[in-house]
Order: sequence, then structure tokens, then C-alpha cells
Amino acid sequence: MTVFGHRIPMMASLLLWALVWEVVGRLGLVLLFPPFTEVVAALFTVVPTQSFLDAAVITVVSFALGMALAIAVGVPLGALMGRFTAVDQFAGMWVNLFVSAPLSALVPVIMLLFGMGTATVVVTVFLFAVWIIALDTRAGIRHVPPSLVEMAHSFGATRWQTASRILLLAALPEILAGIRVGLIRGVKGVVVGQLLVSIIGFGALFELYSRNFLMAEFWALTLVLFAFALLLSGLVSRLEHRIAYYAGVRQS
Amino acid sequence: MSKSSAAMPLPRNHVEVEPAEPVVEVRGIVKRYGTQVVALDGVSLAFRAGELTSLLGPSGCGKTTLLKIIAGLMQPTAGEVLVRGRIVAGPGPDRAFVFQDFALMPWATVLRNVAFGLELKGVARDQREETARRHIARVGLAGFEDRYPHQLSGGMRQRVGLARALAVDAEVLLMDEPFSAVDEQTRRKFQEDLLALCREERKTFIVVTHSIEEAVYLSDRIVLLSPRPGRVSEIVVPEIPRQGTPDEIRRDPVYIDTVEDIWRGLRRYVE
Repeated sequence: MTVFGHRIPMMASLLLWALVWEVVGRLGLVLLFPPFTEVVAALFTVVPTQSFLDAAVITVVSFALGMALAIAVGVPLGALMGRFTAVDQFAGMWVNLFVSAPLSALVPVIMLLFGMGTATVVVTVFLFAVWIIALDTRAGIRHVPPSLVEMAHSFGATRWQTASRILLLAALPEILAGIRVGLIRGVKGVVVGQLLVSIIGFGALFELYSRNFLMAEFWALTLVLFAFALLLSGLVSRLEHRIAYYAGVRQS
Repeated sequence: MSKSSAAMPLPRNHVEVEPAEPVVEVRGIVKRYGTQVVALDGVSLAFRAGELTSLLGPSGCGKTTLLKIIAGLMQPTAGEVLVRGRIVAGPGPDRAFVFQDFALMPWATVLRNVAFGLELKGVARDQREETARRHIARVGLAGFEDRYPHQLSGGMRQRVGLARALAVDAEVLLMDEPFSAVDEQTRRKFQEDLLALCREERKTFIVVTHSIEEAVYLSDRIVLLSPRPGRVSEIVVPEIPRQGTPDEIRRDPVYIDTVEDIWRGLRRYVE
């Protein structure tokens, strides 16, 4: 970013917004926004507490489980959809429906099915993330150059060898892009799930803070979640960057 | 130059005992797409060891289709492919394919790409890498073993494709317009290397090309295919003195006449 000919690092915009937040908070115009410095201070009081740590552990565990499940189901589902027209016709409509559906509305149903516990949160994360992973994997598999598949075939590759050594690797850029978006949706899923169940993890904490009007703590918790989502997405996009040349090669 | 539709000429470097039977034979190959489009209509050909045959014709004549049918990558609607007298229905270790777009794995190094055919066969790592290194050196890419395809030029990538095909030591090398995606200088160098390879090894080369000059320059025998439906229209045996330098060959009257002659034959399909 450049302003008046000076190069300004990206972090500057964050600082600016923090400043605006601070000013608005200090003016005391809106009750919901305590000054930013107070939020940061709350961060330091909230994070070391046992209830935060417990919530963090249960959140990370249910997030990780849901994501693992979403990847384990989404990638093979997308691969099958990309490879076999029959599967695509059978599952395509549903995947496309779910990828844009307001899934939060389904959480109460999930709660009925899986109870008021971690299982519901795991399933919510799964449902938020799996569809986009499947769709992107499908696109990736579709874009594998046919000559690569023919090449494997001509050198005597079995179906399994073609799938594992050619198709999955050739579609990796799209699969990773799907997983990155899936992770971000998964974070949404874990929060929505916990909020609706509201007796476990960060959901319980959010409930506690907002009910008692502890806005600084509430925002501190939000910051933690934002940072978590950004960190995950950053990690995957670094991985994506390392294999970015794939896609370039494919065009030629 | 001589023309024939059935007789098989002696290969350029025919030595000692010639096996009676051809290495590859196609009999009555028909390929239809749907009910209307006939890509190939009753093509029968024989290919012998040590011989380089070009499949030449305008686009739509089914030359690549024929090559892929020989490779076992496509199934013919009718007819059969025989390798050493045995009918084959799919790809086999006796045939290796060189792709027009190289078909290299972008995530794998040159070494792994070249060794890929052996990897699929289950050859142990040390052994397959040793073989791969030998063939990488042979196509002039020694020192590039650990590079990735995107770090190489088009010509170098096709050398990797060639080394991969050579590494599995197949009797038959099938090349689908191997030089069409590389620049002219690289192409000429490549053609000379291919001729040298042809002299060194008694392999059966079948090369698809759309370049008349390339076909005449490289081939022991040129199969001209006519389009829609794809049929063998003529078989040309360029009798060009092979002793000369590439420049001398390209200035040789026989070379020039053969090119002209083929062009006259193909012209009507283009207009």
C-alpha cells in the first residue's frame, strides 16, 4: 500500500482501525465498544484463566475433529465427482445446495440428533467446511491435464496408482484452496455451533460475557478467534504458495 | 524415390538377420465416434524394427488417433493391433509414448519424472534412479536431475519426456508430434538427435507429425493419411542420402522433390 508516495506496511491499516476503535470507545458513544486498550487489557486477564483454557482446548479439539472429518470426506467425494459423471449427477446438486445454504439454521436439528455436546459442534464444523472442499477438489480433478492421466496409463499405472500419484497431486492446488476456505468456514462453524449449544467452549464464554455485559472480555475473545482463523488461513496459503507453480505449468 | 501401397522397404540401417514378422502391425483399424464421425476407416500397416515411420496428414486425418490406438490408450471400433504377432488390447511395456505436451509431472524432479515408468513397474529406487540418470545424460540433460519441469525450456522438457520413454526400454517408441511445442532451432537439433538415436538402437519408431519437411527429413517411410474418413492414401519412401550433414540433406534435390511431391498430394485436402 502506498499513500502520498510513502510505502506503508499492511499492518498500518490495522493500527488505524485500532485507533478509530480507541477514539470511539473513549468517547463512550456506544456502550458495546469499550476502548481498544481495554479490550487488549482484557485479553491478558481472560487468556490465562482456567475457563478460557478449557474452552480453548475443547474448541480446538472439536474444530480439529470436524475439519479432519471434512477433509477425509470432502476430498474423496470431490475426487469421485470430478472423475465420474454418475457421482457428479447424483451428489452435485446436494453439494451445490449445501455450499450456499444457511447452515446455521440446521444446527438446532443437529443438536436434536447429536445432543448438547461436542458431537454437535464437530458435526457443525464438518457441515460448514465439507462442501467447499468437495467442490474445489472436483474442480481440481477436472482440470488435471488428460495427457498426464494418459501418460500414467501408457506406463501401466493401475487405477489406484493413477489416482494417488497423478490425480490427487495434480489437483493439489485446488484441493488446498478448498481446504483454506473450508478452514475459515470451519471456524465459523465452531463458533456458531458452540454459541447455539452455548454450554460448551467459547460459546459458553461468549454467552457469559454478553449476558453480564463484559464487553471488553467479549471483544477480547473475538480477537482471539479472528487471529486463530487468520493464522490457519495464512498457514495454508503459505503451503499453497509453495506449490503455486503447478497451476502455471498447467496453462502451458 | 519409390512409392508403394503394400511393399515394405528395407530399413535405413538394416543389419544381419531381419525378423520375418513386423514388430507392430495394425489390421483393419476402424474408429468411429458416435454413429456419424469416422476417424479411421480400415487402416492396415506394418512397422519393422530399426525403422522410423511417420504418420503424416492434415488435421482430422486421425493420425494421433491411430497412434493412441497402437499405444493402447484408445480402443478401436474394429480391427486389431499386434505387437510381435500378439494381439494387444491396452498399453504394455513393449510400447512407450512421448507426448505432444510432454505430460511431465510438475511436482516431480526431472529424475523422478524420468524414473516414473520404472516406479510404476515397482523397480527398486536405487536401480530405477540409476537407469534414469543414464538416460537423462543420454538426452543431454546431465546436471538437471534435480530441477523441476517449470525450470526447464520447452525443448528440455521434451527431452525429459523422451528420456522417460527410453528408460523403460520399450521396443516401440510412439511419438505424438513431439516437436510441435518447441521452437524451430530446438526442433532441428532434436530431429538430429532422434536420427542418431535411431541409428544406435534397433527400436521401432512411429512418429506423428504435421510437418512435411520433418517427415521427409526423419523417416524411412512416410504414411500419408487422408482425412474424413482417415485412410492410408499413400506410402512414401524418401530415398535421401543420409551420409551428408543436415544442411546438405535439406539442399538435396531428392529431399526437395519429395517434400514437393507430398505437398502436391496433400494440397487438395487443405483447399
